[in-house]
Amino acid sequence: MPPVFVYAEVTPEGPRPVALELLTKARSLGDPVAAVALGPGATAAAETLGAYGASTVFANDDPVFSETLGHAAALSLAGLVEEHRPGLVLFSTSHDARDVAGRLQALTGSTLMSNATDLSATDRAQMPIFGGAVTVEVALEGPDPKIVLVRPTSFAAEPSGGTATVEPVPVPQGSPWPRRVERHEEAATGPRLEEARVVVSGGRGLQEASNFALLEELAGLLKGAVGASRAVVDAGWVPYSYQIGQTGRTVKPEVYIAVGISGATQHVVGMKGAKRIVAINKDPDAPIFRLADLGVVGDALTVVPQVIAEIRSRRG
Amino acid sequence: MNVVVLVKYVPDPQGTPELDDAFLVVREGTEGALDPGDEYAVEAGLRLVETHGGEVTLLTMGPETASAALRKGLSMGAHAGVHVVDPALRGSDALATARVLAAAVRRRPFDLVLAGVESTDGSTGTVPMTVAQLLELPSATFARALSVEDGVLRIERPTDLGFDVVEAPLPALATVTGSAPEPRYPTLKGIMQAKQKPVERLALADLGLSAEALAPTQRVVGLTRAQERAAGEVIQAGEDTAKRIVDLLAEAKVL
Ligand SMILES: Cc1cc2nc3c(=O)[nH]c(=O)nc-3n(C[C@H](O)[C@H](O)[C@H](O)COP(=O)(O)OP(=O)(O)OC[C@H]3O[C@@H](n4cnc5c(N)ncnc54)[C@H](O)[C@@H]3O)c2cc1C
Ligand SMILES: Nc1ncnc2c1ncn2[C@@H]1O[C@H](COP(=O)(O)O)[C@@H](O)[C@H]1O
Repeated sequence: MPPVFVYAEVTPEGPRPVALELLTKARSLGDPVAAVALGPGATAAAETLGAYGASTVFANDDPVFSETLGHAAALSLAGLVEEHRPGLVLFSTSHDARDVAGRLQALTGSTLMSNATDLSATDRAQMPIFGGAVTVEVALEGPDPKIVLVRPTSFAAEPSGGTATVEPVPVPQGSPWPRRVERHEEAATGPRLEEARVVVSGGRGLQEASNFALLEELAGLLKGAVGASRAVVDAGWVPYSYQIGQTGRTVKPEVYIAVGISGATQHVVGMKGAKRIVAINKDPDAPIFRLADLGVVGDALTVVPQVIAEIRSRRG
Repeated sequence: MNVVVLVKYVPDPQGTPELDDAFLVVREGTEGALDPGDEYAVEAGLRLVETHGGEVTLLTMGPETASAALRKGLSMGAHAGVHVVDPALRGSDALATARVLAAAVRRRPFDLVLAGVESTDGSTGTVPMTVAQLLELPSATFARALSVEDGVLRIERPTDLGFDVVEAPLPALATVTGSAPEPRYPTLKGIMQAKQKPVERLALADLGLSAEALAPTQRVVGLTRAQERAAGEVIQAGEDTAKRIVDLLAEAKVL
């Protein structure tokens, strides 16, 4: 089997969950499996990356990798590809990973497929199209390495019990870089969307940004997380990190509650893996009802407060 | 300042696309439009030249019908269009597309290249970064706000916990998200004027590219229709709605 690289996104708090998912899959596609971890937290992440299947972790903690929007990372990765000739490099579909993958493609001249949900070989990948109504199997041709971007939560992460050797990566020479010059962050509250057992998600049917407070309250009672459709993210009601769907997050909670969301195909691909789906929408023909286990035709602003009251009264 | 905006013609974003026998999206003979996502990039370009002077040139690669995408952007106020159209480009993949777009951008001086974040039909979401690397430009991606000062592009880029500010020296490339300012509607005057604006047509030979070098590297070899998730029960909101929902939460053990 050809060597496989996983571009493992890391933070000072540890590797991103998707890195471990990709390593788990990579074990069945190639040998050896190496992770490429670049930016602050890279070396510290090596132990976990090894435990999920990387026998080598190419690492460098230099902030140039996290501050230049994939420019430095793509150049380093191209150097590693040249030296080790993997058959496949796996990425997630995150914005940061897309920056690296797009540039790597220009440097290697190889094929790139995005939005994959599975692979059966280093040159065979599957991708849902038309909002998941159809899945196509795609043969990847041309020079190695194939570059495939996989949607997060496509695979369950399972440890291999392995350990990795850490190989240093030089900082590349290059310019002009873009530079991150400011960072504005608010502390996160509640569970991460991908890990929450309940996701309460709102769309344009909530009428106003301030009505998201209702969803925050409901999610809080259920120790869940709040999500949103792209329409309300674009409208600036909630941050992009809330967005669920094709160009946002993919969630697979026990229960997904869609409030005032029409159920466009691009939204549905991000949530149809939920165990149970509840939809509240005032339009009986809303497409979301076609996949809901329980659909309620009604006004969100009436139904949600009733649900909150019912939970409170059952808990006494 | 001269801005080039990469705009794609996509089949009707509201309709259901069709695949032909070779599993390619049918683009000929279908109603199509300028990709709604790319309208945000056009708007961002127009705002920048309104502030700094200069021109917005739209660049598209696509079949004859793709000229509709150019016309839409020209009627919004862009100054000129470039249409790369060549039968050899049918079924082009991301790399071929990026090579063609990069070669076409290179033909004239520019300060900034703008693009959407992902196309409605392809949604590869990497073509602009590949173009940037081919042109050896710095790229500032996923912008919700853009400005230029003293030859430096500055963008706001949303993140998980807020947003970053990213700067890149010009010439540069940026991708523009749907959180950026809403695209303007073409005025009647704009629509009339669009007809007089110059549109340059280019074939592969004009770009010094050969069809062989752009041969597709992806082939659809199979297709499965997803199992529809069975619909459950749909009820009218009433007395016991809350009880029904909370029962379901209890059943799912999330209460
Ligand atoms: C390339 C591309 C990528 C995309 N990616 C995503 C993505 O990742 N995620 C995503 O979500 N979308 C995405 N979209 C957008 C998607 O197509 C839809 O436009 C979007 O999901 C619609 O959001 P919405 O359901 O909130 O709004 P709408 O479609 O406007 O629906 C609002 C719903 O609220 C209901 N409603 C109104 N008032 C009430 C009330 N008082 N009580 C109850 N219900 C009410 C209405 O009946 C309606 O069904 C993408 C689109 C494109 C082209
Ligand atoms: N054929 C094309 N012609 C012009 N621009 C394109 C073309 N394909 C992609 N783009 C640009 O690249 C962006 C991302 O597209 P994609 O990577 O295909 O999802 C689009 O929003 C456009 O700005």
